[in-house]
Amino acid sequence: MDGIRTRQALGLSIATALALGLTACGGSGSGGAAADGVVTISVNGMPAATQTVDRKNFEDDVKAFEASHPKIKIDAREGQMDPTTFAAKLAGGQLEDVFYVYFTDPAGLIQRRQAKDISAEIKDFPALADIRPALQDVFRDSGGKIYGVPEGNYSLGLVYNRALFTKAGLDPDKPPTTWEEVRTAAGKITALGDGVTGYADYSKNNQGGWHLTSWIYSMGGDVATQQNGGWKAAFNSDAGRKALQMLHDMRWTDQSMGTRQLLEIPDVQKMMGSDKLGMYMAGPDNIPTIVKQFERKYDDYGLAALPGSATLGGGDGFMFNPKISSEKVRAGLTWLQWKYLNPDREEEITKKSVGGSIPIGLPQPNLWSGASAAKVDAVHKQYANVPVQNFKPFTDRSDSVKVKVEPPNAQQIYTVLDAVMQAVLTEKDADLGQLLSGAEGKVNTILATVK
Amino acid sequence: MTAEPLTAHRDPAPAPGAAPAPGPVRAGRPGPAGPTAPAPAAPAGRLRRKVRDNLVAHLFLAAGILCFALFSWYPIVRGLLLSFQQVNFAEPARWVGLDNFRRLFEDPLFLTAWRNTGWFTLLALVFGFAAPFATAVVLNELRGGRSYLRMTVYLPVMLPPVVTMLLWRWFYDPGPGLFNRALDVLHLPAQQWLESQNLSMVSLVLVSTWANMGTTTLVYLAALGGIPGELYEAAELDGASIRQRLWHVTVPQMRFILMITLLLQVIGTMQVFVEPFVLTGGGPNDATVTVLLLLYRYAFVYNDFGLASAMSTVLFVVLGLFAGIYLRLTRTKG
Repeated sequence: MDGIRTRQALGLSIATALALGLTACGGSGSGGAAADGVVTISVNGMPAATQTVDRKNFEDDVKAFEASHPKIKIDAREGQMDPTTFAAKLAGGQLEDVFYVYFTDPAGLIQRRQAKDISAEIKDFPALADIRPALQDVFRDSGGKIYGVPEGNYSLGLVYNRALFTKAGLDPDKPPTTWEEVRTAAGKITALGDGVTGYADYSKNNQGGWHLTSWIYSMGGDVATQQNGGWKAAFNSDAGRKALQMLHDMRWTDQSMGTRQLLEIPDVQKMMGSDKLGMYMAGPDNIPTIVKQFERKYDDYGLAALPGSATLGGGDGFMFNPKISSEKVRAGLTWLQWKYLNPDREEEITKKSVGGSIPIGLPQPNLWSGASAAKVDAVHKQYANVPVQNFKPFTDRSDSVKVKVEPPNAQQIYTVLDAVMQAVLTEKDADLGQLLSGAEGKVNTILATVK
Repeated sequence: MTAEPLTAHRDPAPAPGAAPAPGPVRAGRPGPAGPTAPAPAAPAGRLRRKVRDNLVAHLFLAAGILCFALFSWYPIVRGLLLSFQQVNFAEPARWVGLDNFRRLFEDPLFLTAWRNTGWFTLLALVFGFAAPFATAVVLNELRGGRSYLRMTVYLPVMLPPVVTMLLWRWFYDPGPGLFNRALDVLHLPAQQWLESQNLSMVSLVLVSTWANMGTTTLVYLAALGGIPGELYEAAELDGASIRQRLWHVTVPQMRFILMITLLLQVIGTMQVFVEPFVLTGGGPNDATVTVLLLLYRYAFVYNDFGLASAMSTVLFVVLGLFAGIYLRLTRTKG
């Protein structure tokens, strides 16, 4: 290796993990309003300057918001959630007052007290009461306190390639609704040859564990359950075995999952974007990514609900810097409600987006319930610019597929399940029962730390 | 990177037959204000001059010291402290004694990571230590095309590591990848280079060796160039075979540099990160989870900086002990 610089290298390795301490001496105060009563809040989630249309829309929104809310100033910054820099930003006082998160983050941030309790402030925003309770719950702790608001959501389904379905003699309007049907379809698509893979799944950087969780949910199982006040691993079950068996059979018996494994999101999206893949597990948000990155058409892809009885849901939202004042929280909530959670502005926003490359008519996000949901859905129906009928297999079955959230300490558990997924997909003779019981022990150790 | 050993060996070679001088290390840093300078002046003047000289020297050093202190020493100290703390960076740190170390030793992946790292280091010694030496010896013997080949060997070092890894990911692709296509032409069975638990670590070592051997080869080449030709002439006159010349002239003459590169190599390979991070993510089935990859997960995936610091402290101690023992052993033998 390039190991000439002994001490520097050694120091560097330590510094990698620890240099964060350096920034600890920075730090912006928690300050509230200035003398003139104007509250300035820093927020992230601003699109990068390279995304010209999105960026301009965002900047216009900031201007419009500041004009209608003269007592609040927005200090907008680029960037979303990056777990590798989060702690450094928090330590250095560089974390935005209102920061973007994925649904994976709140549980850990709340447990480590790295986000602010906004239960008191959110009561003053009745408009947010129509947010679907299951999504708001992602930002609640076990005591019911609220730490943030959701902004988008998805649940995993099956994204499939309509052209390959037709080529393989399958009906692209009737995608599989059971795993047996997925298996058959994957076999037929693989039989097309020319390096086409029927079904692919992730098995790297925790993404395999994430998807295996959804597999287990879909088979009617759970990854972790609460027992006598504590959490226990629950996947060493019939559902767990069924999930692994199906993966094993597709990979080894049918050879319909390709030979290259240790795949992650971009690999599989590339396969789908280049017509080398029939189906994979994904939420609706994957389709615009593929369409944009590989210059494809929305007509090329279909979306089905995940087979089975349940699926894994996720999404994104915003949380609050633990060091800020209540006044700033209120200003932040005002901004979020106006910008992201505003059924009254939906038509205006949609009209603006419809001409650009922003898809209208995808089945998710669907954040709202009640009157707000009706209002938003009507607008989307009117302005749809994507082939809504291609997503019918998803929406039609969505009521019978329960959306479940991630287990506690999700990332640690995913690491363990990632290894299980890897073993199934890379080892022909893997002992599935042993894999599950081995992982069960490790996950129970992880869950023992959950309060 | 190559600067130190290279300059070290550009020093005039010792007289034929003499043992290789241990001098080059010291030759690297001639002290500007050494105590050897004769100072016949009066005691008071001498003191003033000494202070002034030192002051100027330290002023020149200040920028360097500041950089080291800020970006190297402070993080090291802070890291040590962090390994005994629990932090969330929002509230003051909490002292937790040895709790982080207890949790670290309880992690079933801890031993796996050390075992995998040890295996990588061993493989890297077999391939990564021998390959550049053999290459350097062969290159040194060549008459024509030497500079061209030297450049070819060094080129991979100039590629950014992640680019190298992505390139090799394609080589290793079990379907249309370069290696399996080549095996196919030779009618040999295709291999699961990265997907097999037995082969994945070997595959990582191959990439690592290819990417890094250029530097070491150059160092060896420079060292070989420093061996006086008379030694070989004398050996040839005595009827020594090529193997004997290699074993009794080349190796002893390069002993010092071989010792140093071995030490650096072990310290470097124990910190393997980019290869498993980009190519396998630690898989399949944890077969390539290394110490640094696990440390990265603790810090940046789980946001557990106490645990990550405890791991880096353990790594620091292990490497420190290794370096100490190694230097001691080699010194007594020398």
